[in-house]
Amino acid sequence: MLKILKSGLQTSVQDLGRVGFQKYGVIASGVMDPFAHRIANLLTGNDERLATLEITLVGPTIQFTEDAVIALCGGDLSPQLDDNDIKMWRMLPIKKGSTLTFGEPRIGARCYLAVAGGIDVTELMGSRSTYLRAGIGGFQGRALAKGDEVPIGEMDLLQTKALHQNTENEFDWLIPPVRYYEEPIIRMIKGKQFDLFDEDSKRQIFSEAYTVSASSDRMGYRLEGARLSLENSTELISEAVAFGSVQVPADGNPIVLLADRQTTGGYPKIGQIAFVDLPLIAQAKQGQPIRFKEISLLEAQRRLIEQEQYIRQVKAAIQLKQEEWT
Amino acid sequence: MNTLFSPLGDQAIVIELGNEINDQTEQQVRKVAALLESRQPEWMVEFIPAFVTVAVFYNPCLAKYDDVKMELKELLTQLTEDLPFESRTIEIPVCYGGELGPDLEFVAQHNKLTAREVIDIHTSGNYSVHMIGFAPGFPFIGGMSEKIAAPRRDSPRLRIPERTVGIAGMQTGVYPIETPGGWQLIGRTPIRLFLPENDIPSLLRAGDKIIFKEISKEEYHAWEDDLNAENS
Repeated sequence: MLKILKSGLQTSVQDLGRVGFQKYGVIASGVMDPFAHRIANLLTGNDERLATLEITLVGPTIQFTEDAVIALCGGDLSPQLDDNDIKMWRMLPIKKGSTLTFGEPRIGARCYLAVAGGIDVTELMGSRSTYLRAGIGGFQGRALAKGDEVPIGEMDLLQTKALHQNTENEFDWLIPPVRYYEEPIIRMIKGKQFDLFDEDSKRQIFSEAYTVSASSDRMGYRLEGARLSLENSTELISEAVAFGSVQVPADGNPIVLLADRQTTGGYPKIGQIAFVDLPLIAQAKQGQPIRFKEISLLEAQRRLIEQEQYIRQVKAAIQLKQEEWT
Repeated sequence: MNTLFSPLGDQAIVIELGNEINDQTEQQVRKVAALLESRQPEWMVEFIPAFVTVAVFYNPCLAKYDDVKMELKELLTQLTEDLPFESRTIEIPVCYGGELGPDLEFVAQHNKLTAREVIDIHTSGNYSVHMIGFAPGFPFIGGMSEKIAAPRRDSPRLRIPERTVGIAGMQTGVYPIETPGGWQLIGRTPIRLFLPENDIPSLLRAGDKIIFKEISKEEYHAWEDDLNAENS
């Protein structure tokens, strides 16, 4: 069990989201940074689909009431175990009674805590993700609070063996941490309505820096910068949106739709962030500048496939390591 | 019009079956949705039907954009003339006005009607569900009389309770979950539109006919008490 001693800003149970229910208007939710979440799970020997804790900016204080194997991936929120700095992007065996704390957010906004066995809350519509606005899924439909006791699933045999490994140097080579930049360049595919925008807007979206505004959350980031406008204002018929859709309402400030996005929307979409670059936007903090760069659909899909191959390699390498321990 | 295909990022394709909202296009959308539901191509992750489009999400490791487009084109040649299912009629009981519908008077004044007249018009409409989207179980409902149309509020309310019935412009709708919003609130229904514990978590589906039926405050509270008893 994970005992929450202090709550932090916003820590919620998330997995890869509620797939297959968007046709009923159900918000997908799930992790903001799927790559960090998946790698964290794999490092502990979990299936990548198990739930992790998504920890936002100011982390909680968590006490382990049992021995555990964990991994922390994503934004660097200065994690410490019993007051000692610990490394991210690697497997860590934890002794019962240890306390995990977080400090200053160094880079990135969200850190994923995977625990061998997974965060074991009840599935709702095939997912353990929390949808905060409707108060459903995850741990009682809400962010974790002081006093919560969050259940962990059973470890398998290989995971139990990891508890007794000296991992001091063992995994250093394994996962090179993802670099989240202070001014990320985020690759974007032109959207369906790209050509409806005027010439200035079509140029500015790829040439100007945009700032992540204060009204940004898991639903979407509102960006501030050069305002974008349509050549001729038109009313569009609402249609599906996706994780990373960049839509532009009448005020001209683009909105990037993220994990808790609505299923459909009627604003023109100037672009769509490439799947492989979703972590860059998810890890951007309020006030941080970002830039967009064009990528073709073909290239974006090529990168996506490459990333999936990489994740499969990581998975295979970890399995090999685990089997060496037997 | 011809069916158009366009990418929605690197993991989805949008099938556009028309360029205006009408019965024929909506039927096409429902047929395509039913076909996808029954065929479940292996590369498909899920799909989202809307007014005139169906967005199909796919796994690019199994099929890239051009392959998906080709397969969908082929699939669409198999659409049949028959509608995949009968249209249902769902009755939604509503308690109008008072604290459950604080803007009923505004809607009446705006249209130079009495509150009674607004209720009579709202309960006699010929409504159908165009699509489910935006929020869990939220129906986009067509068919409201323009006699009770009302503009959105200048400043949206931060919290609109779940199951509230509202009017925005020419549209009427029911909020399935508590949300912020700018609709004029005319009443509330004791029945839930979002059913997260069900296999199909939305009470309504595209194509349903809707009847709004007026109930008294006492009936509303009796119904709501049952609902609470069920949940506890």
